[in-house]
Amino acid sequence: MTRFTLNGKPVDTALPDDTPLLWVLRDGLDLTGTKFGCGMGLCGACTVHLDGQPIRSCSTPLSAAAGKRITTIEGVGSGRVGAAVQKAWQKLDVVQCGYCQSGQIMAATALLAAKPRPSDADIDAAMGGNLCRCATYVRIRAAIHEAAKSLA
Amino acid sequence: MKSQIANASRRDFLKAGAGLTLALVLPGTAAAQAGGPGIAGAAVAEGGFAPNAFVRIGTDDTVTVIAKHLEMGQGVYTGLATLVAEELDADWARVAVEGAPADAKRYNNLFWGPSQGTGGSTAIANSYEQLRQAGAAARAMLVQAAAERWKVPAAEITVKTGVVSHAKSGRKARFGELAEAAAALPVPQQVTLKDPKDFTLIGRHAPRKDSVDKTTGRARFTQDVKLPGMLVAVVAHPPRFGAIVRSVDDKAARAVPGVAEVVVIPNGVAVLAGDYWTAKKGRDALQVEWDDATAYRGSSDAILADYRKLAATPGAVARKDGDAEAALGQAARVIEADYAFPFLAHAAMEPINCVMRVGSDGCEVWNGEQFHTGDQHALAAFFGLQPEQVTLHMLYAGGSFGRRANPKSDYLLETAQIVKAIGGRAPVKLVWSREDDMRGGYYRPAYLHRLRAALDADGKPLAWSQRIVGQSIITGSPFESVMVKNGVDATSVEGAANLPYAIPNLQVDLHTTNGEVKVPVQWWRSVGSTHTGFATEVFLDELAATAGADPVAYRMALLGGHPRHAGVLKLAADKAGWTKPLAAAREKGAKRGRGVAVHESFNSYVAQVVEVTVGADGSFKVDRVVCAVDCGVAVNPDVIRAQMEGGIGYGLAAALSGAITLKDGVVEQSNFHDYTVLRIDQMPRVDVHIVPSAEKPTGVGEPGVPPLAPALVNALHAATGKRIRSLPIGEQLKA
Repeated sequence: MTRFTLNGKPVDTALPDDTPLLWVLRDGLDLTGTKFGCGMGLCGACTVHLDGQPIRSCSTPLSAAAGKRITTIEGVGSGRVGAAVQKAWQKLDVVQCGYCQSGQIMAATALLAAKPRPSDADIDAAMGGNLCRCATYVRIRAAIHEAAKSLA
Repeated sequence: MKSQIANASRRDFLKAGAGLTLALVLPGTAAAQAGGPGIAGAAVAEGGFAPNAFVRIGTDDTVTVIAKHLEMGQGVYTGLATLVAEELDADWARVAVEGAPADAKRYNNLFWGPSQGTGGSTAIANSYEQLRQAGAAARAMLVQAAAERWKVPAAEITVKTGVVSHAKSGRKARFGELAEAAAALPVPQQVTLKDPKDFTLIGRHAPRKDSVDKTTGRARFTQDVKLPGMLVAVVAHPPRFGAIVRSVDDKAARAVPGVAEVVVIPNGVAVLAGDYWTAKKGRDALQVEWDDATAYRGSSDAILADYRKLAATPGAVARKDGDAEAALGQAARVIEADYAFPFLAHAAMEPINCVMRVGSDGCEVWNGEQFHTGDQHALAAFFGLQPEQVTLHMLYAGGSFGRRANPKSDYLLETAQIVKAIGGRAPVKLVWSREDDMRGGYYRPAYLHRLRAALDADGKPLAWSQRIVGQSIITGSPFESVMVKNGVDATSVEGAANLPYAIPNLQVDLHTTNGEVKVPVQWWRSVGSTHTGFATEVFLDELAATAGADPVAYRMALLGGHPRHAGVLKLAADKAGWTKPLAAAREKGAKRGRGVAVHESFNSYVAQVVEVTVGADGSFKVDRVVCAVDCGVAVNPDVIRAQMEGGIGYGLAAALSGAITLKDGVVEQSNFHDYTVLRIDQMPRVDVHIVPSAEKPTGVGEPGVPPLAPALVNALHAATGKRIRSLPIGEQLKA
């Protein structure tokens, strides 16, 4: 039995220790906002926060989450930064197909939590691991700046 | 255009609604899921009003628009709702959207005859009048209901943002208050549509209807469907197209705790478990021997070499004006160039998947459903059912770019084969891994174009010959009889056979190579124009360079008969400051360049000016793209801008590094490390300008893609003098 904190609440799971956190969340705990894109940590669709740090849940074993705080797209909006990011995303209509956007928002929230006024270079560095096949990048960049402004 | 609403009566809608009850009897969480966003679930609530198949108004004032097209990112749920809400004068904040079920009678694509599906950038174009009529009919009935209730002339009643008013008497009612009374009225057979000058939503900013769900994790994709007792299937596919299973040792796979079934299907071996990770572990433990006797063993290099040989001989003629061969034979100046294109994977972020169950009542499917009627018929034939017994729930698709409208229903039939192999004992969710998706075929075909042109003494083209060599997407599909004529697949030559430039001697011909090359191929965002747009616009640039002419002026001089091409070209050039010199590069030794391309696809006209900086080492960065688009009436200007931005990013990814290559029949790429797609640091600044137009709206999902690669290659030439003739660009500037 592995115990961790998920979006502020304690959860237990009996899944094997080596199960990727992504599948623990999606198939084990029915939180499907975190997406499966590549399974190799290459696309960022599965990004969640582990103790506030963005990680790729598809290549993080459940054992790494034991005793830690995990935040997903379903919970990120209860924080001030996450809520601002979601609001900026909605204001600028960033999404297209939307499949990668949970991961984008998790990565952007982590960036803004660490760097409240990121430069374009900071955005490139922090968001470089999150692919968007619809190429909504122009708006992702604008929405991060917009969220930063709203948080200032 | 046929624009009557089929089955425009409430009774028919309700009757058809009863066919949806399969979705409503699912127990527990599944019922909640099946009623979630993107799925047509509930029938009309008590006291509600559903005047036709496209709109429903509840007593709570909610206007629900039934979307017959797949939302795969292109903004169609927003666009279709805009059309209804405009004529209804609805409150945009109270408009919700629900995906339509499969029903070709009510929800057919009006451009496709009796067939429901989404593609060819037709969603808004075919719905423009139909959905406005749907909204106008509902409005007329609400107005009539108010007139009868208030005993005032209907002509004195006005409607604004969901409120029906009579100014003289000061009466007002919300839609919900009138819904029940309106429902009792006859549906008007004729309605008057608004004069465009009175539009309040069309042409303005209407926030996307899917933004909130897609930013909170609530949007439901096929990947997110979970049914009681459902098994997840992961398939071991053969490494070569056309190979079959010779033998399977599944002992180790079955020994994985949680693996429920291992079954052999025509294209591989499926391992089923209650969850993905267990099923994948089971698949990884399989020992499969493949029989390659019927497999395709071609290699990309050899395919291209064969295509170059074929290009020396005449093909099936797609267009012939004058006599290009004769003119080329007599000309003083002849220019020739070959352009080569690789296979391309769609690589949508949501890998291919499908959920299906069968029972005594038929077959039920949950899918990012792009081609309802084709898939419905394919599944009906497979299971021995009537098409109406196949219920399709259309969920959001996490991208598609054409892939989910497979002419052979490939992945739906794979799911069906698995369901059948387990005797239908459980619902099945097929999940392809990224590797399965990348190696699963149905690529944009590889092509070779051979271009030859003759110039007169002034540098004007006298003759143009374009020979295209590659696989046909349509040959062998159900569309062959309609779309292949005299050996010419219209989708292989679109964008070339309709070259807009005034050239007196012009020939386009085609070699179709389906006999030799057995790679599964399919349409890929903008289809033929993915390669014809490049070949024509780079070659034209080569002619302009040979003539010593300005690329914009050279094109303009040849576009006399095509004002919409000329219009976007001029707009893009003006907005880019084409006639002013580019600012110099900041880095030492770096050069800058600017290139242009203009192309029509799916009846929309797009011109792009690309600005690049090329470093001393040959690396380069796209700094800015100025895009002008003419798509008729701009229904949702912000969605149009988004589609141009996205199309530019999609086109840029392919231009920079997109290539699926085969070696001895095996696809060499497998995931995003070796099939690289665009990342945020590669995305240029994009400025989009929309041509004001009163023409009927045309599509924007695809037309933003084709001009990018040629404009980029033309910009690289302007910067370096080197002409790229083979995609992707890769490291060619460094060589």
